[in-house]
Amino acid sequence: MHLDHAAPCPERHTASVTLPDGRRRALRVGLGGPVGSGKTATVAALCRALRDRYSLAVVTNDIYTREDAAFLLREAVLPPERITAVETGACPHTAIRDDISANLEAVEDLEDEAGPLDLVLVESGGDNLTATFSKGLVDVQIFVIDVAGGDDIPRKGGPGVTTADLLVVNKTDLAPYVGSDLAGMARDAEQQRGALPVLFQSLRTEPGVLPLADWVREQCAAWAATHAAPDAGTAALPA
Amino acid sequence: MSGAAALLVLADGRFPAGGHAHSGGAEAAVRAGRVRSASDLAEFCRGRLHTAGLTAAALAAAAAAGHDPLVLDEAADARTPSPALRRTARRLGRQLMRAARATWPGPDLDALAAARPKGAHQPVVLGLAARSAGLGPLDAAQAAAYESISSPATAVVRLLSLDPLEATAVLARLAPAADEVARQAEAAAQGAVEELPAASAPLLEITAEQHAAWQVRLFAS
Repeated sequence: MHLDHAAPCPERHTASVTLPDGRRRALRVGLGGPVGSGKTATVAALCRALRDRYSLAVVTNDIYTREDAAFLLREAVLPPERITAVETGACPHTAIRDDISANLEAVEDLEDEAGPLDLVLVESGGDNLTATFSKGLVDVQIFVIDVAGGDDIPRKGGPGVTTADLLVVNKTDLAPYVGSDLAGMARDAEQQRGALPVLFQSLRTEPGVLPLADWVREQCAAWAATHAAPDAGTAALPA
Repeated sequence: MSGAAALLVLADGRFPAGGHAHSGGAEAAVRAGRVRSASDLAEFCRGRLHTAGLTAAALAAAAAAGHDPLVLDEAADARTPSPALRRTARRLGRQLMRAARATWPGPDLDALAAARPKGAHQPVVLGLAARSAGLGPLDAAQAAAYESISSPATAVVRLLSLDPLEATAVLARLAPAADEVARQAEAAAQGAVEELPAASAPLLEITAEQHAAWQVRLFAS
């Protein structure tokens, strides 16, 4: 029997920073959150805001259709060869957390066929508050909720709300119409998340997606700085 | 059996090799009204076990026995008329290859991964993974035979909201038949590759092509 060296999970099969040709791979950003919270609209807006600056691609995980990918294609936010839809067998959280193989392949194929890439956005299918991305699939993750889904969601918590690198509270323009208490949501989010950042966003009013795009740019800069000189065989994972 | 626990790891439905997104043809059968109950599921699984299951088990056993995986990959193509099923088999083979190289790395897996970067047929990779895990041809055949029925059973629980206890009872009652298929597969794997079983299920091939063209579906195949 062949056993690997001491590493409990040999990272070269999943999160290895270096591509087979020695280049640094793209930063992978996961976007998760409940159904209808505005993940796909946010991804579309991010693509428009970032596509001139970065070489980027998107992986969508629909529950039972290719609608999210079709929306992005229809909106022409990226050329079709930069958008891939993964099918999830009625279980979106499995595909981003428990068995990430199809998503990893989608990301790697995009690097191969549309690369070199700076940034890959991996959008989860709409799911529940416990759905988070595996660290083997993404480097940072954004959890998107919206004010119309109930202003008690930050208080309820759950792994997405409490542990995501960024919590986006979307559709703030709707708050007056659905009676959501934004200040209360902010307080609850801070209580659940401590120092982790929270961003209130409305894509329909200024400044739209720009603060989120700035956050993603910071992540890209940090990724490039952490892995400044990729060198085949010696690249280390971030702490 | 040389390593019962390794076989349990390999055959575990939670082994992260992409199988959760596939129904083994069950979604098409449910949509067509051919599978509506636990007893329908039992008949569907029995048919799949003795056709696609036997063929896959023999390929897996042959790979575990040390036959050339590239020759077996061609033999798998020859036994898979439907282009949609070939694509599925190679996609799942690629996903299993990643998991196998992380769990039981070895030069045979590396060589096949290099020769078929977009994936070899899943049963061939399964046999090679079993070999790399220190398992034998019968173990590999059992994993393939069991997977040929467990995948549709899991899918039908989701598709029909079937009682999971009933679905698991279906699998338990098919277990002796799955063992027998695995024994046949192991015996066949001792012969030449061209003599391996080529039991096909034409309806699975036809509905796989139709399913691949659906606009709305829960499973990738």
